[in-house]
Amino acid sequence: MATEEYVTVTKNACKLCTPLGASLFFKGICGSIPLLHGSQGCSTYIRRYLISHFKEPVDIACSNFGEQTAIFGGEVNLKVAFDNIIRQYNPEFIGVATTCLSETIGDDVPMFIRKYKEANRDNKLPQLVYVSTASYRGTHIDGFHDSVKATVDILTSEYSYCKRENSINIFPGMLSPADLRYLKEIFNDFDVPFVMLPDYSQILDGSPWKEYQKFPKGGTKVENIINMGTAKACIEFGKILAEQNSAGKLLNKRYDMPCYNIGIPMGIHETDIFFNSIETITGKSTPEKYIEERGRLIDSYIDSHKYVMGVRAAVYGEEDMVVAIVSFLNEIGIIPVLCASGGKSGYFKDKIREMISDFDEKGIVVIDDSDFSHIETFAKQLKPDILIGSSKGYAISRSLKIPLIRVGFPIHDRINGSRILHIGYRGAQQLFDTIVNTLLEKRQESSVVGYSYM
Amino acid sequence: MTAIHILKEREKQIYEKGSQPFDLTCDKHSIAGSISQRACVFCGSRVVLYPIADALHLVHGPIGCAAYTWDIRGALSSGPQLHRFSFSTDLKEKDVIFGGEKKLYQALNTLIDTYSPKAAFVYATCIVGIIGDDVDSICKKMSKEKGIPVLPVHSEGFKGTKKDGYKAACEALFKLVGQGSINHDSETSKFRINILGEFNIGGEAWIIKNYYEKIGVQVVSVMTGDSRIDDIKSAHEASLNVVQCSGSMTTLAKMMKEKYDIPFIRVSYFGIEDVSKALYDVSAHFKDNPQILENTKKLVSSEIQNIYPELQKIKKALFGKKAAIYVGGAFKAFSLIKALRLIGMDVVLVGSQTGDQDDYKMLKELCDDGTVIVDDANPLELSKYIVEKKADLVIGGVKERPIAYKMGIGFCDHNHERKIPLAGFIGMLNFAKEVYATVMSPVWKFAPRHL
Ligand code: SF4
Ligand code: SF4
Repeated sequence: MATEEYVTVTKNACKLCTPLGASLFFKGICGSIPLLHGSQGCSTYIRRYLISHFKEPVDIACSNFGEQTAIFGGEVNLKVAFDNIIRQYNPEFIGVATTCLSETIGDDVPMFIRKYKEANRDNKLPQLVYVSTASYRGTHIDGFHDSVKATVDILTSEYSYCKRENSINIFPGMLSPADLRYLKEIFNDFDVPFVMLPDYSQILDGSPWKEYQKFPKGGTKVENIINMGTAKACIEFGKILAEQNSAGKLLNKRYDMPCYNIGIPMGIHETDIFFNSIETITGKSTPEKYIEERGRLIDSYIDSHKYVMGVRAAVYGEEDMVVAIVSFLNEIGIIPVLCASGGKSGYFKDKIREMISDFDEKGIVVIDDSDFSHIETFAKQLKPDILIGSSKGYAISRSLKIPLIRVGFPIHDRINGSRILHIGYRGAQQLFDTIVNTLLEKRQESSVVGYSYM
Repeated sequence: MTAIHILKEREKQIYEKGSQPFDLTCDKHSIAGSISQRACVFCGSRVVLYPIADALHLVHGPIGCAAYTWDIRGALSSGPQLHRFSFSTDLKEKDVIFGGEKKLYQALNTLIDTYSPKAAFVYATCIVGIIGDDVDSICKKMSKEKGIPVLPVHSEGFKGTKKDGYKAACEALFKLVGQGSINHDSETSKFRINILGEFNIGGEAWIIKNYYEKIGVQVVSVMTGDSRIDDIKSAHEASLNVVQCSGSMTTLAKMMKEKYDIPFIRVSYFGIEDVSKALYDVSAHFKDNPQILENTKKLVSSEIQNIYPELQKIKKALFGKKAAIYVGGAFKAFSLIKALRLIGMDVVLVGSQTGDQDDYKMLKELCDDGTVIVDDANPLELSKYIVEKKADLVIGGVKERPIAYKMGIGFCDHNHERKIPLAGFIGMLNFAKEVYATVMSPVWKFAPRHL
């Protein structure tokens, strides 16, 4: 690999820019409008990108910088944008994320917001939350997590809490609507009150309408976010996130609230940890339904173990997503020969090494800060049997003739991006079935006989 | 549900025919806080230049602008696929502080060595405009070192609208024109044209080029569908520029008129009426060769005969159904209105992101009373009118699709991401079939608006 090339140019990025993560997060709050502070293109591109995955309207406002704004600063634009959004949408919440442009010219957005609030002291304003998302400082997943933290920070800070409720705060991170629905089901089955932030499970995967809805049904309620300070404990997904400043840690510091920083629950091992955390917090035991799901999953692992043992996989995506998939693959005998991410937290390799006891013998390659051209180069050398990741790996799948198992974000070439279930025993079951069937199909098609039994 | 308000500033950008005296405001910057369906300068440049398949396209800026435009269009190439890569200098914080020039230089250096392109386009995005990288001089230097044209495209998003991006792209193309020559040893005809504003979505440029060849006209270059740098360099040897998608390419046609005295005509290839007119207009230009007109007549009548019976069947099914059109350029909207009428449908709303006064006046002429005309609409307005006007079909781009579907209304993509050719005679049939497939689908009966 030419190292020179490595640092100067990104070919077919395996990441997106920070405001995309922020916008997606803000969509998961009830009555909220994401507002990108910068020029029009970014917000339109981000909308387009999200729409192609979720296949739902994604309204994102923009403060529409022009040349003048870029010279004199974006204060007026932000104010006008607030006014117009309030007039047209009357939202409960506006999530402001900066783009590279407003960051670079050095707009002091918190001050603009303070001044706006002062000027409107007599009006009831929506909650105004600001997050700094200069894209040159991270990727979409950083934008996502930073917005969770900013929202929790601002919304819980104005209140002092005297009472501890019995509820749980859950910060799932960037999962699919199907995952979020499943999480709600689990907490409901445990019969424990909870606040999940964000929750775009209905907003970005809902029914058709009779009239256009300014705010699709669903989303985390603002008053519930405010009450997050009173919860009994937090659960937060992501082993990489666990190393960083997060919303859960903020609540832990501010309110001395226990925070369970666990991996994204993919596969039996991590899902067990998740269920154990809920048991510990609530003192309740896991409902029978999930014990049965777990049992069926193990049963299918056994039925199909030979088809997956020793299979080589290349996995790519957000760092935490890859770490979670690797944990799942590791427990069924698939070797993640290539683990790649466009992110660059610095913890990626260690987290993967930690999970795989014979990491070095297996010759596993882990690359962060990578793009699809690196992934292709390594895939050519390592010859994986399957690729696991977003639809953006399709070009590699096609050129190297390796089947692609689509997970995560974005899925732009299939219809079920919103409905892919990744987490819990049920998600592991789906993923496992898909992988095994893909391998069987590959074997069947390449066989001269074409057996009709397995 | 509360009523949908039209923002006061936007009232003048919406007009219902027959209601008030016509005075539509357009060409305005989208207002802050609205959810515009528009894009930016960069988007305009990128769409125009994107299909040039043997050129390197390097987006200079942070990652987003490049990532969101990676392989998003259906513009086909018959050879190289270099345009389908997404190359970005992926500026990081330290580049923003210390400048991205060195990175740009190194990136170009490596990429040109690796891919040996025939030319390179360097798109300067917002941040580059702010940090003040001297993109021009780096391009010049690179050009000298590598012996290929390396062209800066000033497409800082905030410095205007998509139209300014078209202009920047045309300026880059214009620099190429005149640098080459077609092979005059082989049989070349004196009836030569350039096809401008045709991007080979789903192979449309191939269809159109084939028509021209059949009537005896030689195509020197297509800009930019399936185009090659060498063809563009020879474009000045054509004797007529045929401009489709006038919004994007008229600038170039005008520049070529001025410098090379090549006249241009505006055409559209959508719908039987307009594609026939395009061919007839070209043959009229070459009237010293009556054979071309003869060939055109023959071609048009045989093509129409081929598709007519099926179109009639479709028309019967679609008769009286209502359509809403929201597209990028207004010129396309004219053709669509005619094409929809041909298959029996009424147009109840028509709008564009970038139309100008003249466009809207012409739209008004073309529309029936009661038709709503909008400039730079947002999702709330679009949805309000498509529901009120009881549309059965929305024609638009990818951002309009979920609005239509959410309201339980059929949709047809007429933008750059579609995969099926809708231009030419065969395109008309494809279009009719697609409209039929969506409007006549049995699924709508489950949509809430029918309950
Ligand atoms: S507005 Fe600027 S930063 Fe945003 S996509 Fe366009 S060029 Fe890129
Ligand atoms: S300028 Fe920044 S925020 Fe806008 S698209 Fe590019 S990377 Fe994303």
